Amino acid sequence: MTPPTTPTTPATTTGISAVTGAIGSAHTRVEGRDKVTGAARYAGEIPFAELAHGWLVLSTVARGRIRSVEDSPVLAMPGVLTVLHHGNAPRVDTDYVGMVGRPNPVLGIFQHDRVPFVGWPVALVVAETSEQAREAAEALVVRYDEEPHDVAFFAGRSDAYTPESNPMVQAETEKGDVEAQLDASAVVVDEEYTTPEEHHNPMEPHAATARWDGGRLDVIDSNQGSTWVATELAMLFSLDPASVRVRSEHVGGGFGSKGLSPHQVAAVMATTILHRPVRVVLTRRQMFSLVGFRSPTAQRMRLGADADGRLRAFDHQALSLTSTVHEFVESSAVLGRVMYDADAHRTFHRLVRLDVPTPAWMRAPGEAPGSFALESALDELAEKCGMDPIALRARNEPETGPVSGLPFSSRNVLACFEEGARRFGWAERDPRPGLRREGRWLLGTGTAAATYPSGAGPSTAAVTAEQDGSFTVRINAADIGTGARTAMVLVAADALKVGPDRIRVRLADSDLGPAMFAGGSMGTRSWAWAVTIAADELREKLALGGGIPPEGITARSNTTEAIGALAKKERHSFGAQFAEVAVDVTTGEVRVRRLLGIYAAGTIVNPLTARSQLIGGMTWGLSMALHEEAIRDQESGSHVGADLAGYHFAAHADVPLIEADWVDDPVPDDPIAIKGIGEIGVVGVAAAIANAVWHATGVRHRDLPIRPDRVLRAADEARRRATEGAPSA
Amino acid sequence: MREFGYERAFDVPGAVALLGAAPEARFLGGGTNLIDLMKAGVERPALLIDVRELPLDGVEFTHDGGLRIGATVTNSDLAAHPEVRRHYPALAQAVLAGASGQLRNMATVGGNLLQRTRCGYFTDLSKPCNKRAPGSGCPALTGEHHNHAILGASEHCVATHPSDMAVALAAFDAVISYETADGPGELPIAEFYRPVGDTPHIETSLPPGALITGVTLPPAPVAAHSRYRKVRERASYAFAIGSIAAALDVQDGVVRDVRLAFGAVASRPWRARAAERVLIGGPASAEAYAAAADAELEAAEALPENGYKVTLTRNLVVAVLTELTEEAIR
Amino acid sequence: MAPAPSSTSSAITLNINGEKYTLPVDHRTTLLDALREHLDLTGTKKGCDQGQCGACTVLLDGRRAVSCLQLAVAAEGRAITTIEGVADGERLHPVQQAFLDLDGYQCGYCTPGQICSALAVIEEHAAGWPSAVTDDVRPEAGVPALTAEEIRERMSGNLCRCGAYVSIVQAVARVAEAAEADAGASAEAEVKEAAA
Repeated sequence: MTPPTTPTTPATTTGISAVTGAIGSAHTRVEGRDKVTGAARYAGEIPFAELAHGWLVLSTVARGRIRSVEDSPVLAMPGVLTVLHHGNAPRVDTDYVGMVGRPNPVLGIFQHDRVPFVGWPVALVVAETSEQAREAAEALVVRYDEEPHDVAFFAGRSDAYTPESNPMVQAETEKGDVEAQLDASAVVVDEEYTTPEEHHNPMEPHAATARWDGGRLDVIDSNQGSTWVATELAMLFSLDPASVRVRSEHVGGGFGSKGLSPHQVAAVMATTILHRPVRVVLTRRQMFSLVGFRSPTAQRMRLGADADGRLRAFDHQALSLTSTVHEFVESSAVLGRVMYDADAHRTFHRLVRLDVPTPAWMRAPGEAPGSFALESALDELAEKCGMDPIALRARNEPETGPVSGLPFSSRNVLACFEEGARRFGWAERDPRPGLRREGRWLLGTGTAAATYPSGAGPSTAAVTAEQDGSFTVRINAADIGTGARTAMVLVAADALKVGPDRIRVRLADSDLGPAMFAGGSMGTRSWAWAVTIAADELREKLALGGGIPPEGITARSNTTEAIGALAKKERHSFGAQFAEVAVDVTTGEVRVRRLLGIYAAGTIVNPLTARSQLIGGMTWGLSMALHEEAIRDQESGSHVGADLAGYHFAAHADVPLIEADWVDDPVPDDPIAIKGIGEIGVVGVAAAIANAVWHATGVRHRDLPIRPDRVLRAADEARRRATEGAPSA
Repeated sequence: MREFGYERAFDVPGAVALLGAAPEARFLGGGTNLIDLMKAGVERPALLIDVRELPLDGVEFTHDGGLRIGATVTNSDLAAHPEVRRHYPALAQAVLAGASGQLRNMATVGGNLLQRTRCGYFTDLSKPCNKRAPGSGCPALTGEHHNHAILGASEHCVATHPSDMAVALAAFDAVISYETADGPGELPIAEFYRPVGDTPHIETSLPPGALITGVTLPPAPVAAHSRYRKVRERASYAFAIGSIAAALDVQDGVVRDVRLAFGAVASRPWRARAAERVLIGGPASAEAYAAAADAELEAAEALPENGYKVTLTRNLVVAVLTELTEEAIR
Repeated sequence: MAPAPSSTSSAITLNINGEKYTLPVDHRTTLLDALREHLDLTGTKKGCDQGQCGACTVLLDGRRAVSCLQLAVAAEGRAITTIEGVADGERLHPVQQAFLDLDGYQCGYCTPGQICSALAVIEEHAAGWPSAVTDDVRPEAGVPALTAEEIRERMSGNLCRCGAYVSIVQAVARVAEAAEADAGASAEAEVKEAAA
């Protein structure tokens, strides 16, 4: 196979409607200079006089009760100011419903003596310096009455149950008779796929500094939404929401992990008692039990099709875990509700409760592990049907939502495949596996589809025309590396029909008013909506003429109604992923040589940062395919190697030239027409890579990550089967 | 981390005397492993004796044409040294395969030899570990062990030695020099690392209070034609799951000299002498290489999850020796 | 001379970005914590505190090192360069400019470490150091070109969770190519000068 050339065509961008055309043209980050000079300050880096340092102590048993916290010797250690634990901590109220539902009980730290998993917070040691706090925390003796625990996650657990559906996840959908349609199918794929426990591991560990300032609680935090954190801290501590201020100027990555966590609660408790600023920073190891993770999954895919690939039966069953104290569903089976129709169609989720921390949203929750199973199974079906995998997807392209029956606001997934296939050189691909070799490497290519919902959350914004001719945009957005700050400049510039250099953006401060958090690929879409409405209104005000007073002229917006008024449709981003891999079956090494992702994601605001975000997502997909896996020790119930040497994610050397681009994707009925791009880059990549590994070696890998030992074992088994099977075949 | 004193030593006798006076003291080289273990609470010294400025940072020829490498030579300087690269290329490659550019700039030769295992049970104080807390047990036997030892392990410990550098040193018969209050001494690398047995916490044969002063590589013409290959679960910046240092001298299709050592399979770098014996004087063929690997790996005892290392190591022997053979022919 | 062994803290002087800072330190204090907690030089980041991510990379005597595993007391007497000392006043270093122009970051938290590491990668390459992906490490083989593969291997001690590797490598390559072109030009100029 000749390596196809990849022309570097410029990005195609839709939605350049405004006069200035700021949207759709590349802009470097407005905070870029601060980031490359080290001037950008993150949450743990703002100095305060009299700052005290808190260090969390976590349980070392997986289930039981705290018998005693022996704090006396520790209180006598140098610099130690206090030791908070269930015997002396202030009360907090966890009986409320917040922006994402009921709170995770882990926020109710030090409220009782029960320990539901290893790594549950049992004490906070506060000292003058971080070294003293750390040493004292390590010296603190906590005694437990231990109880037997169960942390074993595997397919077929008899105690698995169907969770209640909630506004975020519908547990089950079903139409038609799956069994009957499977029986009637000419071709059937029935396979199990697993994905392991995965952790967000943003580079910046979670950090919060809390203090009381003039009767108000002031928290400098690293989070994905200051509205979210401020409102829940107010509820936890029974405070007037107006008396809580949370700021989060720069955030060193979040990926779903930076909402409410015990460190913020601990910092607020300690500052309330000590009457001085207290900072609590999580260690890398502590992050493995305190900030959520992606549940492992065991998924069964059953696909039945006619000989020509048309799906008759679609059945996606997804098992994941949750803790004993809170329910979280990794919604792996939702993809099929959007992607493929069939005569009989069933998707459902099951949960098992174990003595582990509660999982949480992690970049592309549901879709990331779900797409590995679904898009791998599609590839297996294509193989069985003797069809090209893209042609198989085209054959099953639905007219309307397969489950909802609603129209798509826009789809364009086939346009993504078409453009991707052209640029990747898919047409020259020989579909037969195990044929291409380069030295010790077997080569193969694979593809997969991608999708992620395009939602929006109510937000408020204010735009002010200043006397000097500049404009100030106030929106409580969070820039966790997405480029939100820059995107809001561009959105405001176009809405106000002025150059971006006249726009100043203030964000990440709960005093700016309520807004959506950076999550669910909804941030930019939600905030841009609010900023656009406020800017439009300001332009109308300014059109009336007259001078600008010293305080400027301000227009405000609230998108609650506008979002509610949007017609009910299937609104999603789509994409096509392509991968080329090299596999050495004698060592088990897998290297990704190329990745290409083409997306249909509405209006692309800033092509420079959008491309970065999409490539970042694809890098996550690569990392998920080959590296990521947290290993839990059954005996102790805790992780083995809970650090960045034990939990591998892709390093520079693992990541080849990755290309991301997009096709035109107008959304006619959508006033904002921006879709999310933060998560779709992850979706489908692991399947595309696994499909490419099959194409290279002839062996299917249905368990992630595709580790060297698994490749070696699979190669051994394949060889053994070939030699044993040969005589009788 | 417990509080500790800090002293900087400027000469070898001074460093050794400082240690002798304070039994809970440890020598501090690059600190890349020791400081990490102190943060984890695995090491709790009362005094650190900084030996980085000792005059042990040279690499020079010995009178017989070998190389003498000072204990405080950084990993980076070792790997960049022209004579190391010329005469022992597998050693340079092994060092370059380890850690990262930053860590190699800090880490010293002496410290690298004394690295502790990266077994996840060893570094976690909340778990039992016979190496860290003798008699507490080895949870890896029934727990997570997919990157644990297949050779020379015992029921008390199945941890592996993490060094890449030491694998190449083992292949080249390095001799480790040390200094104690009673004077200097030497240990061949084969004796430097002790068998695991029932004392996994005692890792080396260094006498108490000894300071490693250097490593001597005897002259070995075969070493000029050598290679280090490392397999890991990430393309870089990860510990090995299998590695091999190999040197080969082939003439007229016959193996005249060969050196083989394996990494990530045992509590120490594993010199494959059984394989070498099979190879010497025999044909330079893939079949012979496979047979030699089998001879060495016959003693392998795999746990449920690490049996792949037998296949991996065997395949590495065949692949790397074949590459070296093809290069020799060219 | 060093303090008495019983002492667990020392007054030290650190040479950082060409300036001298005198401060008392607990011996347990790492260079990273001294920079961040004591000297308000927070550009150097703490990602793991275990030498496993590279976010805390600084230059010690011109060589890159992870400051989280470097005791502050042991850094006395060494020239320390942090991200705050990389730009020439208001003028960004070409590596910083390339990161900014090519979007070689997202959240920015690993960025100071990536930039300090990139500076060293270019120096190490210029000094003729081979890497783990260098085909032939023997000195006779010469210095390998700083290809994307070489840059990736040499930068691998700096993890980035946002997944900005692709543009980081492009940024480093841009500066390395410019530096090589410059070196070529000055070598040519030297030859011409010598000939004249």
